[in-house]
Amino acid sequence: MSEKPGHILHASADDHRIAKLAAIAIGLHLIEAVLPSPLPGVKPGIANIVTLYVLYKFGIGTAAWVSLLRVFAGSLLLGHMLSPTFVLSLSGAIASLLVLFFAIRLPHRWFGPVSLSILAAFAHIGGQLLVVWLWLIPHAGIAYLTPLFALAALVFGVINGLVTARLLSKPKSATPD
Amino acid sequence: MPAPASRPYRDLKRAVRPGDWLTMGAAIALVVVLFNRLWLGETASKVQIRAGNQIHATLSINQQRVVQVPGPLGITTVVIDHGKARVANDPGARQYCVKQGWLDQAGQVAMCLPNQVSVELLGSRKLHDSLNY
Repeated sequence: MSEKPGHILHASADDHRIAKLAAIAIGLHLIEAVLPSPLPGVKPGIANIVTLYVLYKFGIGTAAWVSLLRVFAGSLLLGHMLSPTFVLSLSGAIASLLVLFFAIRLPHRWFGPVSLSILAAFAHIGGQLLVVWLWLIPHAGIAYLTPLFALAALVFGVINGLVTARLLSKPKSATPD
Repeated sequence: MPAPASRPYRDLKRAVRPGDWLTMGAAIALVVVLFNRLWLGETASKVQIRAGNQIHATLSINQQRVVQVPGPLGITTVVIDHGKARVANDPGARQYCVKQGWLDQAGQVAMCLPNQVSVELLGSRKLHDSLNY
């Protein structure tokens, strides 16, 4: 039996780019997973730098691919697949992608990566807390942790935004691809 | 000639656009409001139930519990449900305390005057309210 040429999977340049960028994001995700955290859930979210960078360079579609691939592959590598940790990671990623979808339409002259990073960080923790509250811990006590999570989102949102701005202002040679 | 600003500082100024300061300000405001509202004793921690001139019970609000409070007209039923409390049933004629619904902030009170039962939510410190004066 001869193989029909139509059945051969061809990876486009886009696919290669997404794979490369997702690999960077997964790497950062894994590095972050071994960092100690004062409170479960408080993480710098450095993989979001990649999402933001991709959003600015290649648009929301590629950013969504990179972000979701990172969540799926990251959870496979860490052994969290389909566990609550995975669901939280996914809900955070989806919430921040939704917010970024709208935020990237803000006038660029006024709102830069720092704004988007902060908004994404708050959306991330907002989506996660919603899932925690609706599904895992349906108890008002979770509200007590909200200010801490919000503070972390603020601090890391600003830092990640500044890093992204810095990356974006680099000359083209620094671009992966 | 003035000394040029250091490179990190110039980078920072270029990276942060006017709207970013706005976003940052809004985010800081949100964090402050959250801390204020959730950490500085605004939410209730205890429920104090009075019957007549006695304190019938002081209970944590973070539980699920039904309390039956006897009064001159009969039993007033108070329900505590994870951070909120209400009078569920009262023999009084006008049912003001029942209609008040759920209480969840420190200082809120539901009073069933005919049956001489009151439910008050307490925070970390006692706030002034009309009952104190």
